[in-house]
Amino acid sequence: MQHTLSLIVENKPGVLARIAGLFSRRGYNIESLAVNTTETPNLSRITLVVNGDEKVLEQITKQAYKLIEVIKVNDFTGVPVVERELALIRVKSDASTRRAIIDLVEIFRASIVDVSDKDLIIEVTGDSEKIDAFKKNLEPYGIKEMVRTGKIVMERGLKL
Amino acid sequence: MQMTVAEAIIKYMQEEEGVEILFGYPGGAVIGFYDALYNSTLKHVLVRHEQGAAHAADGYARSTGKVGVCVATSGPGATNLVTGIATAYMDSTPIIAITGQVRTSAIGKDSFQEVDTRGITMPITKHNYLLKDPGEALRIFKEAFYIAKTGRKGPVLIDIPADVFSAKIEYIVPAKVELLGYRPNYEPHPLQLRKAVQLIKESERPIILAGGGVIASDASAELIKFAEKINTPVVTTLMGKGSIPEDHDLCCGFIGMHGAAYANYAINESDLIIAIGVRFSDRSTGKVETFAPGAKIIHIDIDPAEIGKNVSVDIPIVADAKRALEKLYEMVEPKHNPIWWEKIKEWKAKYPLRYRWDDDEIVPQYVIEKIYEKTKGEAIVVTEVGQNQMWAAQFYKVKRPRQFITSGGLGTMGFGFPASIGAKIGNKDKIVIDIAGDGSIQMNIQELATASAEKLPVKIFVLNNSCLGMVRQWQELFYGKRYACTLLDVAPDFEKLADAYGAYGRRVTKIDELEDAIEWALNINDAPVIVDIKVKREANVFPMIPAGGSIDKMMID
Repeated sequence: MQHTLSLIVENKPGVLARIAGLFSRRGYNIESLAVNTTETPNLSRITLVVNGDEKVLEQITKQAYKLIEVIKVNDFTGVPVVERELALIRVKSDASTRRAIIDLVEIFRASIVDVSDKDLIIEVTGDSEKIDAFKKNLEPYGIKEMVRTGKIVMERGLKL
Repeated sequence: MQMTVAEAIIKYMQEEEGVEILFGYPGGAVIGFYDALYNSTLKHVLVRHEQGAAHAADGYARSTGKVGVCVATSGPGATNLVTGIATAYMDSTPIIAITGQVRTSAIGKDSFQEVDTRGITMPITKHNYLLKDPGEALRIFKEAFYIAKTGRKGPVLIDIPADVFSAKIEYIVPAKVELLGYRPNYEPHPLQLRKAVQLIKESERPIILAGGGVIASDASAELIKFAEKINTPVVTTLMGKGSIPEDHDLCCGFIGMHGAAYANYAINESDLIIAIGVRFSDRSTGKVETFAPGAKIIHIDIDPAEIGKNVSVDIPIVADAKRALEKLYEMVEPKHNPIWWEKIKEWKAKYPLRYRWDDDEIVPQYVIEKIYEKTKGEAIVVTEVGQNQMWAAQFYKVKRPRQFITSGGLGTMGFGFPASIGAKIGNKDKIVIDIAGDGSIQMNIQELATASAEKLPVKIFVLNNSCLGMVRQWQELFYGKRYACTLLDVAPDFEKLADAYGAYGRRVTKIDELEDAIEWALNINDAPVIVDIKVKREANVFPMIPAGGSIDKMMID
């Protein structure tokens, strides 16, 4: 099962290496990773997507807590959250296909951020499924390159 | 007061942490540190290889309960410490490793003697630092010692660039340690304690499994009081050896691959395991799926990550062993378990630790028994790793915590001798012996120079079977007697070797020379001594549960 973990860590050199090292040596695979600062300058947030059952996740969480610079570990699995990824997709496009691609971009509320005579760069944000779906729709036109960020999440304010 | 970082950290270690001794080896990146040491009253023991420094600091820490400190230069100095740091990490001993690094401006340029020490030691330290800002030196040292000696203890490394050692700072020690992400929990949860008490009350075949955590938390007295109140047998792990005197009525030896058969039977037939300060290592449990199948488990440990890691636990208690045992002692009602004890006595009578006698050759187990007898069971016993370690564990019954010192987790050959140097320095009034094999003693033999220079009468007993005995045993039992690369037919003359290093040496080839040689060695008090005892090559360690096996696969002898 897939879990989204959010780690609050001290913003110190080497902290990402510690976490990546911990995951690799204990045999946990990282599916997706996003790191950035938070509203507090000395703290960073690391959002990780990992696979594993409850037991594996408990171990991951405990092992992460053992790192001195890890302050908080949240498991967002099953918690109502807003989740986002961003992707930049370079897709083949000429005059004959451009209109169809623009229609798709509108449907997915994506945007075209660069145009040339051979391709377009499209920016799309959303949850993983939306990006997967968008990508699948673009595939027939020929995806030349894709850059995709790790997932970031925020808990919803209203408890449903 | 202005001083260099090197002077400040020496002052800090002496005045604030009570450090009395450093084990180290100088080099280019740490000259600044050694220069400050030149006029200092802090004693430094010059080892002959950095690995020896880490093990000596470890042996000092294990035998005294204090923090051990070792020092090495950048690059190869630091990498030579690695085995020693990993050994300390696996067995949770508090040491501080200070390493030099190339000067700040040279970092990252593959400079002479540069390695990424912090990167290399990340997975084998509890925490580590690269001290780049001289102004942070005292905060980092205070944190490092605090982290090493609190919670689950462990090694902390501080990597210091050469230019930082000589930078000038104000000597201001921070008032307190502030670590947002490090708050070890010492107090047991009352609800969990109540649940544990209930399980203890209901159990018919309870057993206490005491590990290294009991020794680390100085909880021996509390363990014994608690065990006596509920009249429950106590088995230990290898690391827990000494947490209860081994001649105590409740003590049933140590469990695991080479533990006493009665200890393994007792834990496997129990209906409740009260595990304290253990991590259920594979060498202790054998095949986890069949380990103590009928037992519920109460697991007390300071490290939450140990709970549920290897075995499923019924009552987890995250706490310091001492506090948990104090509370449990107050809460439990006395028990007697007479039927259970009958069973245990039966196992003890039926399967005592024993060995096969040989009329022609010296049997290694007998050597340990004789050393035990001649030292009246009072010596600090340090071991190397392999058969010598297991025989020492089986046949030297210890009386107190911190008396049996061994590399349990990492299983480091070459640990014993330098660790015994550290133990002797920390325990001048006690006899310190190293039980060695002819393989492992050669892994840090250069430390004879250290022990000679320091006039340390460490007694090395080499159980010399002219082979790498433990691997040879596996080859005999599981690999069709194909002794690939385990027979050490060419070995040094240990008598001459001792002489060359300014130590005493003696060889024993006949059994009637043994007692005399042990007594001779024990009476030496001005230099290290090697007694090279030729023992039977084919002697094996039994009982044995093969790796990953269940108790039904146990070979008694």
